Amino acid sequence: MPDEAGTIGLRVARYRPDTDSEPGWQEYDVPLRREWTVLDALNHVKNEVDPTLSFRWSCRMGICGSCGMDVDGTPRLTCGTFLADFAPGPIRVEPLSNFPVVRDLVVDIDDFIQKLPRVKPWIIRDEEKSVDEGEYLQSPEELDAYKQFSMCINCMLCYAACPVYGLDPDFVGPAAIALAERYDLDSRDQGARERLDVLIEHEGVWGCTFVGECTRVCPKHVDPAGAIQRYKLKAARESVKALLLPRGAR
Amino acid sequence: MNGVRTYRRPISTWWWVGKRTYFVFVMRELSSIFIAWLVVYLLLMIAAIGRGADAYDDFLRFAANPVVVVVDLVALAFVVLHTITWFGLTPKAMDVRAAGRPVPAAAVIASQYVGLVVVSAFVVWLVSR
Repeated sequence: MPDEAGTIGLRVARYRPDTDSEPGWQEYDVPLRREWTVLDALNHVKNEVDPTLSFRWSCRMGICGSCGMDVDGTPRLTCGTFLADFAPGPIRVEPLSNFPVVRDLVVDIDDFIQKLPRVKPWIIRDEEKSVDEGEYLQSPEELDAYKQFSMCINCMLCYAACPVYGLDPDFVGPAAIALAERYDLDSRDQGARERLDVLIEHEGVWGCTFVGECTRVCPKHVDPAGAIQRYKLKAARESVKALLLPRGAR
Repeated sequence: MNGVRTYRRPISTWWWVGKRTYFVFVMRELSSIFIAWLVVYLLLMIAAIGRGADAYDDFLRFAANPVVVVVDLVALAFVVLHTITWFGLTPKAMDVRAAGRPVPAAAVIASQYVGLVVVSAFVVWLVSR
C-alpha cells in the first residue's frame, strides 16, 4: 500500500450544547495514510478543516488514556486505531457510550472519578512501618500476582463497553473493581476487608453479569471481567464464613 | 461538571441485537430458563416413577406430545450453549495454579469436558446396567 491511497470518510458525532438539543452527524474527508490513526485524522480535521471540533487527547501512545472514543461502535483508543484497517470507510466516530456527552466527542467521566476512591485503590496498612525500618520488600512472584491489574490507564473503554453500567449507572464498574483487586493482591496491602465491604454490595461485584466485553476492549489487557469474577468467589467465601464461623475465627 | 448542559444518550431496548458478543451474552442468560425447565422435567419424571407404573406411562405420553418434544429440543440447544459458554468462561473466573504456576486456560476448559464425559459415562452405565 502506498503512503497515501486517496481519502477516507469520517462520520463524526457532533453535539454543541449551546445550540443543539441532541447530537447530530458531520462528515469529513481525510487523507487515507497508512501510518495515520483515527486521532491523527481528527487532529487533521481540527487543524485544517474545522477548528470547532472538540475531543480529548494527550500522549498519542496509549499511555494517558484520554483519547477513547467509539469507533464503528466499539470503544477504542483512537491513537492506536489505524484508518487503513477501516478502508474503504466511512468510519463512524462517536463519544464513548454510557457517559453523558459534554460536547462533540468529549464525555463527562465525573461518575467514575467519584466511584474510584470508594474502593480505596491505595495501599492500606494496619500499622505503617517507620522509615528507619526500610521499604516493604516484594519478590518477583508477589509482583506478578497483581501486575496485570496495575496496568489500567483509566481510559474508560471498559465502562463504555459494559451494558450493565449503561443500564444501571450505580454499578461500581470494571476498572474500579480491577483496581481494587490490584491492591488486594499486593503483598504489602492489608485493606482487603475494607474494600470488600464496598464491593460486596449489590452495586459492587454482584451487579456484574459477566458479559466479558470490558476485557475484550481493554487496550492494556487488564482483564477486568476476570478480576470481578474472582472478587465474586472471594465475596461468596466471606459470606459463607460469616454464616458458619464464630466472629473471632473469621 | 457544574454549569454544563450534558446530553445523556438513551439506551434502546434492543441494545443486545447489534453486536454478536452482546447477543451471545443475552442468549447465555436466557439459557437459564431452559436449564430450569429441564430440572422441572426431571423432577416430574422422578415423581411419576415414585407413584408407580401407571403414572410413569402417563408421563411418557406427556413427554411424547409434539409440543413437549419441540420444547425439549429447543431446551437441548440452549443447554449445549449454556455448557459451552460457561465452560469457556471458567478460566476467567478461577485463577488455577499448579506448583505456583498458572494453569493454561485450555487445560482448565479441557478438564471440564473430561469431567462431563466421565459423569455422562457413569450415568449411561447406571441406566443401561
